[in-house]
Amino acid sequence: MNRISLLLQTSVLSLAMIVPALAEETLTVTSWGGAYTKSQEQAFFAPYSKETGVKILQDEWDGSTAKLKGMVETGQVTWDVVDVEPGHALQGCDEGWLDEIDYSKLGGKEAFIDGAAMDCAAATIVFGTIYAYDASKFPNGGPTTMADLFDTQKFPGPRALRKAPKTTLEFALIADGVVPAEVYNVLGTPEGVDRAFKKLDTIKKDVKVWWTAGAQPPQLLADGEVLMTTAWNGRIYDAVKNSGKDFKIVWDGQGMDFNLWAQPKGSPHKEAADKFIAYTMNPDVMARQSQYISYGPTLKAAIAKVPADILPDLPTAPENTKTAFVVSAEFWADHDEELTERFNKWLAQ
Amino acid sequence: MNHSLSFTRLFPIVLWFAGSAVVLFLIAPIIAIVPLSFNAEPFFTYPMPGLSLRWYEEFFSSEVWQLALKNSIIVAVCATLLSTVLGTLAAIGLSRPDCPSRATLTAILISPMIVPVIVSAVGIYYAFAAIGLLNTLTGLVLAHTAIGAPFVVITVTATLASFDHNLMRAASSLGATPFEAVLRIMLPIIAPGVVSGALFAFVTSFDEVVIALFIAGSEERTLPRQMWSGVRETLSPTIAAVATLLILFSTLFLATVQCLQRRAERQKLTRTD
Amino acid sequence: MAITLTDEVVRNAVDTAALTRRLRGLRRKGQMRALLLIAPLMFFLLAIFVLPIGMLLTRSVDNSEVALTLPNTVNALASWDGATVPDEAIYAAFAADLKASPREDVAEVAKRLNYYETGMRSMLLKTARTVRNAEASYKDAFIAIDEQWGTPRYWRILKQAMPELTDFYLLAALDMSRNEAGAIAAVAPENAVHVDVLLRTFAVSASVTLLCLLLGYPLAALIARSQGAVANTLLILVLLPFWTSLLVRTSAWVVLLQSRGVVNSALAWLGLIDPSQPLELIYNRIGVLVAMTHILLPFMVLPIYSVMKSIPPVYLRAASSLGAPPLSAFWRIYLPMSMPGVSAGGLLVFILALGYYITPALVGGPRDQMVSYYIAYYSNQVTNWGMAAALSAILLVAVLILYAVYNRIVGIDRLRIG
Repeated sequence: MNRISLLLQTSVLSLAMIVPALAEETLTVTSWGGAYTKSQEQAFFAPYSKETGVKILQDEWDGSTAKLKGMVETGQVTWDVVDVEPGHALQGCDEGWLDEIDYSKLGGKEAFIDGAAMDCAAATIVFGTIYAYDASKFPNGGPTTMADLFDTQKFPGPRALRKAPKTTLEFALIADGVVPAEVYNVLGTPEGVDRAFKKLDTIKKDVKVWWTAGAQPPQLLADGEVLMTTAWNGRIYDAVKNSGKDFKIVWDGQGMDFNLWAQPKGSPHKEAADKFIAYTMNPDVMARQSQYISYGPTLKAAIAKVPADILPDLPTAPENTKTAFVVSAEFWADHDEELTERFNKWLAQ
Repeated sequence: MNHSLSFTRLFPIVLWFAGSAVVLFLIAPIIAIVPLSFNAEPFFTYPMPGLSLRWYEEFFSSEVWQLALKNSIIVAVCATLLSTVLGTLAAIGLSRPDCPSRATLTAILISPMIVPVIVSAVGIYYAFAAIGLLNTLTGLVLAHTAIGAPFVVITVTATLASFDHNLMRAASSLGATPFEAVLRIMLPIIAPGVVSGALFAFVTSFDEVVIALFIAGSEERTLPRQMWSGVRETLSPTIAAVATLLILFSTLFLATVQCLQRRAERQKLTRTD
Repeated sequence: MAITLTDEVVRNAVDTAALTRRLRGLRRKGQMRALLLIAPLMFFLLAIFVLPIGMLLTRSVDNSEVALTLPNTVNALASWDGATVPDEAIYAAFAADLKASPREDVAEVAKRLNYYETGMRSMLLKTARTVRNAEASYKDAFIAIDEQWGTPRYWRILKQAMPELTDFYLLAALDMSRNEAGAIAAVAPENAVHVDVLLRTFAVSASVTLLCLLLGYPLAALIARSQGAVANTLLILVLLPFWTSLLVRTSAWVVLLQSRGVVNSALAWLGLIDPSQPLELIYNRIGVLVAMTHILLPFMVLPIYSVMKSIPPVYLRAASSLGAPPLSAFWRIYLPMSMPGVSAGGLLVFILALGYYITPALVGGPRDQMVSYYIAYYSNQVTNWGMAAALSAILLVAVLILYAVYNRIVGIDRLRIG
């Protein structure tokens, strides 16, 4: 009964909301959705709104740059802050659709770990692209190497991979025997690209889902839709920690990468966005995010403040970096568009 | 003889069986999602472990969903008003006995219903980008008016098909201005057609996702747009709750349209009597 | 014999002319009134609907970005023979253009050139970065960046990309391209996807139409045979899905068909399948066909039903009383008489299915996406307006032809909804 009256009240309220809300300062932050955005909400958005009264609107994207570029080209930008990958940051600088970051307001470039302070974007986290499986489905022991992900003889069953060439092609090469440190030397040649696609050919029919949003992989594992899937490590950590799932991460051949704040050229609330970014670049504030998701901070001063129990789950933990590679921003800034086209054609065939 | 007799007896049974199976296919999916919105756990399997209203609470307390609901209502109401006015006027024009090249004009006015929505959406996106209408509710209202108006044209033209234009002549010979004649003679008769056309336009806008996907920003997100990202990423039971509310809503609409049509038919009967 | 014009004849002639004039005036006034009533919606649709689509379609042949960004290069290359290495003037003109253009415009050109030759994009961007700070001799500067600038090849590609109009996109939409000699040829098999996608679009639409017919015809017959409340109830059960949101129906199918969805758990519960080996019903062709058939079925049932309702049952009774067995009565009388409904419903379903995007995107796999998906992909994900426009043009032409056929056979004024 109580619930029903609550329902009635809220529906009346929602009708009342049709009367335009009072004007207030807003900021649109676009990120990658799911558990990751949730961790940003808990660590940054909610406390910031509480402290300053600025309302933060959230949007999601999947990393394809067309929409972002389109906004800047047509002068109709609605995103104030975008969570990007390093390849976007380089490309956006080159092609002029991202603003440069003023590091004097963020404590200088030297406050950041190597590679985190880019000209047009400042990193907030280090994450890993890995693959994971549901341990309850593997009573006799699960996969352990990148090659196992592609080995449908040893581990038959449906898989899910990201619907993008980035990290997918690298994984294919590593599974095909390329040393992680050499992966971009190989992928930089036409033969290397062919080799990666040839390797992908071998599991194409076993890939049941090509995911586009980071929230999909844990869901696909939980639903039993696939046996193993590539994923961003924090999403798997979240499912284990907060939903009690028995998911295991295979760190072999992981791709380490940054997520960074960037500002599209011509964003409507530039000043408010500057303030918000500066707020998150405080070591105490930044370290908060690691309480909610297993991603590492990028400020040197924040590393010491990360809770000890999460350290082994970070992509930067020594145990996890033995066979890791760092996703090359330069390579993807140059080749993302043409490899994406080829990848999509390959998918359609 | 015997053979054909049994066939005659069998035929209705087979037809009933086949027809009911198809009706089941049409209705079952819509019915199946309703109970799942009351599931206590975030899974989509039967049997359900317990009942709860938590997904409805989530819908009514989530800012994102509420913003989407608000936007959808604003856009649908405005687009309905615009397309009803424009569509009714055009239908009256088309139904005048002296309307020239009626077939061609009708074909053009109806075309937004036939042209694949993706083509309209990309075209509108492309054009609106040039004139600054992207990421505005106004842009969304204009686009939805264009795809909603054909429904009004069709329903109103249909009611006008049986309209006796001599009534208008009679009115004007009795001294009524054309405007008065339309308002006092024609409108009351075609009202059911206008209202059901308006309902169609409303539902078309309220359900439209492709154009919204292209021209709406995060602040103009509509309900279907929000559902689309929900279904594409993680199918949370909140979607089932929203779906249930929308099913309720469409049932109400359907009932209204049915009543209107029955009224229109009764009118037709009394007039011919 | 002399012809005499009496006064009466003359007066009559004059009057008839005046009368005709008056009548014609009245008719014109009436026509004007009708057109005036139609005008607001017509102009609105022209502005919001027809014009935008027209603008989009021009992008399928538009190639002005290269010429606009590199005006000096266009002039300089006009007199170049295409076989020898260009002289310093051409290099200088190209350098001047690159220096004068904003970075985003150069990026557009680079992207455009990349369609002709993979790798041109990053090469040109690199060149532009360096040339901005270079001095004469530009020829040396270019060759220092990339030796290929010292051969005619890159310049030929550049020249090929110069004309303001191009058939490049329309050809590409049919998996064809022009080779260096300008002759039309099929593209390499690994790049050929569009014809496949177009054929798939037709195949899926045809299958859905057929399925709708198989399911819709008996249901329509049942409703037409029923009377009173039963017929009404059945009609309402057909109309309810019709009025229900497309996304609701699509999400319902996702819920039903996924591995641990309602269908699979029901089958497992009945012991028909092994719960660890669920049937794969979604993210493949099955899911697309089932969901699309469900969504489009009312568009088939309603027109068939309305035609069947108008077939007098007397005909069938007459046939059987004349000794025709029921099957042959159905085959030779009922079926032909219900054909107008079948063709109306079939065409409508087929036309609507051709443009489907949302449902295949949500319940299909990558090999089930239809042409709409690729239009969205080209415009929304890789910003290739030319390809989006070319595919739109093909889809639009197909739909408009069928629309004309529909108009011819069924008559657009017979289109009824609800």
